[in-house]
Amino acid sequence: MNKLRNITKKQLFLPIISMILVMLINVLFDIIDGNAAFDFFAISMKNGVLYGRIVDILNRGSEIAILALGMTLVVSASAGTDISVGSVMSLAGGMCCMMIAGFGVTSVSTVAELAHPIWFGIVCGILVAILAGAFNGFLVAYMKIQPMVATLILWSAARALALLLCNNMIVYVRMDEFKVFGSFLGPIPTPIIIAAICIAVLAAVLKFTALGTYIQSVGINKRASRIAGFNSANIILMCYTICGLFAGIAGIVNTSRIYSADTNNIGLNLEMDAILAVALGGNSLGGGKFNLAGSIIGAYTIQAITTTLLARGVSTAQAPVFKAIIIILIVVIQAPPVKEFFKKRSARKSAVKEAV
Amino acid sequence: MKKLIAMLLALVMVMALAACGGAPAEEPAPTPAPEAPAADAPATEAPEAEAPAEEGGEAIVVGFAQVGHESDWRTANTKDYQTVFSAENGYDLIFVDCDNDNAVQIEAVRSSIQQGVDYIILAPIQSAGWESVLQEAQDAGIPVIVADRQVDADASMYDAFIGTDTKVEGVLAGNWLAEYLNGAEAKILVIEGTIGSSAAIGRTDGFNEVAAEHPEWTILDSQSGDFTQAGGQAVMESYIKSYTDFNVVVCQNDNEAYGAMDAMDAAGITYGVDGDVIIISYDATHDGLQYTLDGKIHCNVECNPIQAQYVADIIQQMENGEEFATYTLVEDQAFVAPGIESEYAITMTQEILDGRAY
Repeated sequence: MNKLRNITKKQLFLPIISMILVMLINVLFDIIDGNAAFDFFAISMKNGVLYGRIVDILNRGSEIAILALGMTLVVSASAGTDISVGSVMSLAGGMCCMMIAGFGVTSVSTVAELAHPIWFGIVCGILVAILAGAFNGFLVAYMKIQPMVATLILWSAARALALLLCNNMIVYVRMDEFKVFGSFLGPIPTPIIIAAICIAVLAAVLKFTALGTYIQSVGINKRASRIAGFNSANIILMCYTICGLFAGIAGIVNTSRIYSADTNNIGLNLEMDAILAVALGGNSLGGGKFNLAGSIIGAYTIQAITTTLLARGVSTAQAPVFKAIIIILIVVIQAPPVKEFFKKRSARKSAVKEAV
Repeated sequence: MKKLIAMLLALVMVMALAACGGAPAEEPAPTPAPEAPAADAPATEAPEAEAPAEEGGEAIVVGFAQVGHESDWRTANTKDYQTVFSAENGYDLIFVDCDNDNAVQIEAVRSSIQQGVDYIILAPIQSAGWESVLQEAQDAGIPVIVADRQVDADASMYDAFIGTDTKVEGVLAGNWLAEYLNGAEAKILVIEGTIGSSAAIGRTDGFNEVAAEHPEWTILDSQSGDFTQAGGQAVMESYIKSYTDFNVVVCQNDNEAYGAMDAMDAAGITYGVDGDVIIISYDATHDGLQYTLDGKIHCNVECNPIQAQYVADIIQQMENGEEFATYTLVEDQAFVAPGIESEYAITMTQEILDGRAY
């Protein structure tokens, strides 16, 4: 009994429960529809690649998960959110395809047509995203502008810049070497691998260096940290730069999926999903302590909702309403007053037991 | 040193901002266009084009609130307007790209009214909610021409409509399918466009009208792919898992069709003339027709983007006080893959593709 109570007190308990609940909706409906109960969880090999709803969730959720990594650091260090990540994704994708195809060209499909090698385009795309992140970080850390206001600039400008780079057109790079980042590497969808690498690298850096502690201490009290000897501004700048880097990677993945820079739509509204992922992971948007695993679980929970709605054939006009209802439930379950209520109730119960 | 680098970075970004700040208002003008747009649309350079310039002096100021540039189709449409309403033809085109944002578009029309333009061309993003703005334009005495998509307002609220009837396109697609299947069973999956857009509503209604006459057809599911390739990909990926047995996929624009083809490729489902699944698409953009020519897309229903000359004609008639048509439909056609003969559609050839203006 005590063990169970300890588990429920863990920060990750509620995010994980939320994710499982979302998945269970599918079990319920599969039974109602007369399908096998765990149809949703079935994974098989088809056409030489992994195939199944769970694979879809992991695959399509990659971008949100990658964005959520950077967003977690930003939220922790600066107690604010970077709302430019979606547009920066578009900028990275646009830059990448423009460099590969050449300015003003709408489609390339052979090596001979390439203006620059593919690797060069990808590096440029990620570099420009890092630059955008550093710009955000500079405004927040050194100019002391409110994070939301500071990142609002690139929220609108980065997408416009991307459109300009692509000459207002959708630029196609129809090359298998480019498509691979959004399709499959062997039997596994490449975005899953890329997300896994990003998570592993960041987790390792946080575990084996003191960076995580620095970020948290800056987030908890900037002045105290500075007095204790940290360069708070630099740490915030670094968090935004890392956030830009991850936005760039997510942008390349998203671009590669459709082997084109659809700058109008790449990463559209994804900043909201990334912020939501951080919140669903049980992290406080007020900065300070953070839990990376929570954000990642939050990211895949959001994708699980989307995939569920698609799988259940919820009419597209109603889908946003259902998504909102599910999210409200998850957020309310994790709200402090609700947690407090359950804590008090269990305390009362055990008190009654003791009295008996 | 670090601060210096940071400052430099900031400066570069600010300059980049300044460079793109003016962009949405006057689109491609600042960049020397590498591909001469004039060469793309020779057909639209109508003989009367010189007339207004000769009248001397005043250019006709036209405010154009365009939807955005969400697809290749829209880009072709914009280019057409910019060619027809050029300074040489005696127009001053105030072009606003509304980026698929309804609120931005309403503001764009309002600002056109305040600037006191001579004519307003409106390609509405959403069909609803235009009454008050149209009333303002009417009060200011500025004629409004609704282009491309319809508005849910009384016809007296605006002066003319020019566009395509998307419902006719839906019926056309349905009729072609009926002819092609010739009574065979059809299990249909539909990938709709953006919810609430008149193109999605019309194409769905038109197709469903034909489907209702065919009891052997079943529409298994219909979900939105938002007119994008990524959307089409995600919806199709999910369809493949939900429905193992289907033989027709209807995509409401070409970009969605590309995405659907990607998803079917990944799952090893064959499509096209040599495959198991029939794909119907709309828009008939250059890339879309290339796929039709390659036999990947069975039938591609055109939605003609070359509309600006019709609008220019009406503006000229208004200028001269002549009578003008208040409702003009631009002719749409359908194209089918080589090897298919149809009374509703034209069989695709390389010549047709090369001869297209967009």
